Amino acid sequence: MDNYMKLEIPSKSQNEAFARVVVAAFAAQVDPTIDEISDVKTAVSEAVTNAVIHGYENGPGTIVISAILVDSRLEVTIIDYGVGIADLEQAREPLYTSKPELERSGMGFTIMENFMDSCHVVTEPGKGTTVTLVKTFGRADVTEA
Amino acid sequence: MQVKLKKAGSTLIVQMVGELDHHAVDAMRKKIDLKLNHEDFRNILFDFYGVNFMDSSGLGMILGRYKIVSEKGGKVSACSLNSRVMRVFEMAGLQTKIPVYSSEQDALTGA
Repeated sequence: MDNYMKLEIPSKSQNEAFARVVVAAFAAQVDPTIDEISDVKTAVSEAVTNAVIHGYENGPGTIVISAILVDSRLEVTIIDYGVGIADLEQAREPLYTSKPELERSGMGFTIMENFMDSCHVVTEPGKGTTVTLVKTFGRADVTEA
Repeated sequence: MQVKLKKAGSTLIVQMVGELDHHAVDAMRKKIDLKLNHEDFRNILFDFYGVNFMDSSGLGMILGRYKIVSEKGGKVSACSLNSRVMRVFEMAGLQTKIPVYSSEQDALTGA
């Protein structure tokens, strides 16, 4: 089964829940497990939250979320046209945050990497950031009875 | 996200219902800190019974309250986490700082 979706939303914190639920509902058509759907929801939430807080620094902006399903492989892309990430390697370190004053845990990228099969980031200061998250469903070891 | 604050001795119980994300934590943080500043609470217990989703924003909010409370010699604990929330919790190693109990009653008695 091949399918795709695209969603464009203003950078607002109330859209974080909307975005993750839309992607989860889209992915549901290939019957992932509850845990797999939960992983996708959490990873998408992290990427969209990063766009709101870091990409647009809680200001106005547009976030574009698209997803492609090819058989049981989901690829989600989250794009912002914000400030970009100056030091990507540092940003991806567990517990590192550029905004400790906002009580950020610094776990966003760690969660995206752990909950998805892959997390690819392309960023350019002043231009924005694109995060691509991939997960193939049904990878857990299940033995048919 | 609905947040209900309850008092049990010197412990502030934070009962949460809904999804604990960046949007939810901003309002929640203000509500908890107002209570901490105006009443003499020593400890906080986060009750996750009604929480079906948490991301790293939730972790940040809990760690922030941990910092405030532990600086004054108090304790932060958590209870009733489902397996999904626990997974996020453990990824940040929060359980090494914040003891996790199966129920509010167990947490209050320290069982």
